[in-house]
Amino acid sequence: MPTVKFIEFNGTEHTVDANNGESIMVAATSNLVPGIDADCGGECSCATCHVLIDAEWRAKLEPTTDTEESMLDLNPDRTEDSRLSCQIIVSDALDGIVVNLPEFQY
Amino acid sequence: MSGIVVIGAGQAAGQAAASLRQEGYEGKVTILGDEAQAPYQRPPLSKAYLSGEIGMDRVLVRPENFYPDKDIDLKTNTTVTAIDRDNKTVSTESGDTYEYDKLLIATGSRPRILNIPGSDLEGIHYLRTIADVDGIRGAMQSATRLCIVGGGYIGLEVAAVAKKAGLDVTVVEAMDRILLRVTTPEMSEFYHNLHTGRGVNILVNTGVDGFEGENGKITAVVCGDNKVEADLVIVGIGIIPNVELAEAAGLECDNGIVVDDHCQTSDPDIYAAGDCTNHPNPILDRRLRLESVPNAMGQARTACSNMLGGDKVYSEVPWFWSDQYELKLQMVGFSADGDTSVVRGDKDANQFAVFYLKDGKVVAVDAVNSPKEFMVCKQLYGKPADAAALADPETELKSLLG
Repeated sequence: MPTVKFIEFNGTEHTVDANNGESIMVAATSNLVPGIDADCGGECSCATCHVLIDAEWRAKLEPTTDTEESMLDLNPDRTEDSRLSCQIIVSDALDGIVVNLPEFQY
Repeated sequence: MSGIVVIGAGQAAGQAAASLRQEGYEGKVTILGDEAQAPYQRPPLSKAYLSGEIGMDRVLVRPENFYPDKDIDLKTNTTVTAIDRDNKTVSTESGDTYEYDKLLIATGSRPRILNIPGSDLEGIHYLRTIADVDGIRGAMQSATRLCIVGGGYIGLEVAAVAKKAGLDVTVVEAMDRILLRVTTPEMSEFYHNLHTGRGVNILVNTGVDGFEGENGKITAVVCGDNKVEADLVIVGIGIIPNVELAEAAGLECDNGIVVDDHCQTSDPDIYAAGDCTNHPNPILDRRLRLESVPNAMGQARTACSNMLGGDKVYSEVPWFWSDQYELKLQMVGFSADGDTSVVRGDKDANQFAVFYLKDGKVVAVDAVNSPKEFMVCKQLYGKPADAAALADPETELKSLLG
């Protein structure tokens, strides 16, 4: 079972077991990781599951879709590490992935 | 300590379960829901769940094992019959009684029912619960002609799914345009043309007088002198907030359970969240009753924080979304609040946004396949913006955020 390490903006770490096939967003909300609102439930409709993933892990991810890209583009906290966690599906290849949480969701 | 009891097991209740534990509450949490399932998301029911694209596991608010894992006592198939405020208990149909220190009412809403001749015929469905949709999915297998009563978002989302599934689809709307209650004539026209362009038949100014059937099964929808042949009918004519329990307990109700900006009802130990509430919105400076997931989740978070001694005000700009065919509509605020509208983008390409301004300030957007415009409106809400700049595709939206 792959693990995902979430690091809150204040530095608090949460390492959780995630299921293959579920999104990083679901792994967070199922394990009470704070800082991911996920209001739309994973439909890429709200951008309230914004996370930051460094270049090394990002290279292992599927690229962003146009919708995800557009939602991120107007996020004031966007950096090159930005992704929407509902669009990242957990797999063995992502075992140990480190996911940083922004201070706010918009 | 008797703990916290939640009445209702919808999206607000699911969020409340998570929020209470996230905030560090270690006491007893009991969720009482009258449906068979753990809390699930309703928006996909008229979209990806109806089409079969996603299953039960993808609509749950939290996985089933979340509740036992977090020591949340989730009682499904449990109908609450009364709240006793003096003794701080709720009782259920099966005769059980639950004590509470704090109570969260998250009873949601139910579909308005048509009570006209023939309403009890087989083949007439409403769409609110997963059980409803399982019934509709089953019926769609053998149906050929679907008549949707009501041209609101639910009806139109179903029309899109059914058309794709190959059914002959007619939408019957009593008013002179679809989506009248929720959007502008301009957007109504766009969605009318979208659906007719995909082969959906839309009849406006058409009230339904009754249903006709044979052998107990629906055969036609009667609209004045007209008849729309149908072997499947879905009625989507709005919802009614479930306030009866609150009302019977003597809590103030007025088009919803009246709560303050802390999601507290007229009883300080009782809070309410979601579709069932009539709540103040400090940003819009008026009371609202919303049929909306973000509202249910936001109010649940606020109510939980305050039940645990916090001092949190619920204050969020309302937003909504609707998926029809390959078009994603994302809305912020209420278009009716605007005095001016500005179109950005290309309607013919199904990619555009209509911004609404009042006294020069942004108060709403309807964004079709335009997530950037949606995101910018969430942040620009209530702030002045130049109409010409908004309309100009050369304007970088980011530059408007200042």
